[in-house]
Amino acid sequence: MNIKNIRELFPILNQQVNGHPLVYLDSAATSQKPVSVIEAISQYYREYNSNVHRGVHTLGTKATDGYEAAREKVRRFIGAASTEEIIFTRGTTTSLNFVAYSYGRARLEEGDEIVINAMEHHANLIPWQQVAKATGATLKYIPLQPNGTFNLDDVKKTITERTKIVAMAHVSNVLGTINPIKEVADIAHRHGAVLVVDGAQSAPHLAVNVQELGADFFALSGHKMLGPTGIGVLYGKKALLEEMEPVETGGEMIDYVDYYDSTWKELPWKFEAGTPVIAGAIGLGAAIDFLNEVGLDNIHAHEEELANYALDVLSEIEGLEIYGPKERAGLVTFNIDGVHPHDVATVLDTEGIAIRAGHHCAQPLMKWLGVNATARASFYLYNTKEDIDALAAGLKKTKEYFGHVFE
Amino acid sequence: MSLNNLDQLYRQVIMDHYKNPRNRGELDQDNKLVVNMNNPTCGDRIQLQLQVEDGKITDAKFTGEGCSISQSSASMMTDAIKGLSVNDALHMSEIFSDMVQGKDYDEDELDLGDVEALQGVCKFPARIKCATLAWKAMEKALNEQKQ
Repeated sequence: MNIKNIRELFPILNQQVNGHPLVYLDSAATSQKPVSVIEAISQYYREYNSNVHRGVHTLGTKATDGYEAAREKVRRFIGAASTEEIIFTRGTTTSLNFVAYSYGRARLEEGDEIVINAMEHHANLIPWQQVAKATGATLKYIPLQPNGTFNLDDVKKTITERTKIVAMAHVSNVLGTINPIKEVADIAHRHGAVLVVDGAQSAPHLAVNVQELGADFFALSGHKMLGPTGIGVLYGKKALLEEMEPVETGGEMIDYVDYYDSTWKELPWKFEAGTPVIAGAIGLGAAIDFLNEVGLDNIHAHEEELANYALDVLSEIEGLEIYGPKERAGLVTFNIDGVHPHDVATVLDTEGIAIRAGHHCAQPLMKWLGVNATARASFYLYNTKEDIDALAAGLKKTKEYFGHVFE
Repeated sequence: MSLNNLDQLYRQVIMDHYKNPRNRGELDQDNKLVVNMNNPTCGDRIQLQLQVEDGKITDAKFTGEGCSISQSSASMMTDAIKGLSVNDALHMSEIFSDMVQGKDYDEDELDLGDVEALQGVCKFPARIKCATLAWKAMEKALNEQKQ
């Protein structure tokens, strides 16, 4: 994997920010886009923009082909059995809300349990709070180990025969923990529960096979995996999706409409009401092509190397606390003693270094960590060890700067 | 952007208010105004307590968590608004909002005191909400009381 060549395919990286070369360490929030993705979207709008699944004309057919080809790319990318199981949505949040509404609210009743945990992103937490409130089901938390991982015994103890849904992130967006999805799926299935996996932070970085993982539902966002914003995917097992009612109704998703009743199209279109995000899906398809060309295993190995390097370099900085387990995905969340993460991010920004500061849409996890906010540097295939060196230098400067004003 | 710009943001007086916040704590009075305000994008929190008598702010205290800008702004604001009429305090909030957004404001109209040190925030658009958190809390408290 030649990072220099890869970086040249991302035009945004070649710029100065605040007088310094851009060091982009916020890919867990959103990834940058390669030229091929930008071109695919541009080409669609320049050459064959048209609505899908209805036009008899040539452009309409081309657009439909492009849109459906993207679906097949997603199917292969996550190892689903059929394109009937691949629903295009607006993103992970929408995907998880679809499951919460169409599966959770419809199936759960008082006495049932939903099992989650404190490391979930708000997108895989609040929808379940809402389902619990609406149905009278109980929300249960699997306890976390001090290093931010699960003990499988705790998973076994928390999931019972009353558990109907287990919802879990594949990779934590704050701690970088890679969760044992397959094992959790087995436990959930033994109790007759379904497993809903938030794959927003895994699909961009690890080779995912939803069937091997045992996920009943799997959600991902295009923009975190080199694709555009506004496009995401909900994978669901066909047998489950077939029994679910659509969340949105209207155009494109119907079979036959009468005055007082209507019937739905077959899967996956029954869940895709209205004109879909055609350019977004085509852009996501191009992003998947790019990721496949580089290879997910290569990307994962590269990020692992960067994460280990970052852990080494950052742990040498006195007063810097790192959160999460040693074995982790390509991100490092930390705090510098006495300096608020906002202030850290501002100082780094003046050096051209982009990191995330705040609660990372995981307020319960911040509570668990005993902090109000943290700083996070996250890596992707285009990042280098030099980026991490720049981060370390910036953090030392931050410490000096705030040490100085505190004198 | 250089350290110079950072120095414009993190002026000595700001860091002094961050390190030694004035008016941190709670008021004893029973009829005090209490308002909570969050910055939901970053988790900064403030609780502001105001004592208003005959249309005048007679005392102000705050508690909360956040970055140097949000906390020093609360410290400076509570100092600045004590003794002001409700209307002047609300007007000062408007002036402050203009100032941190880099808009023109009338420097001589009200005595901003230390608050003026936050002018450098206008060069850091991402931090404007940190600076205005306490002021939004004050506006909310006073407007609720007016009704």
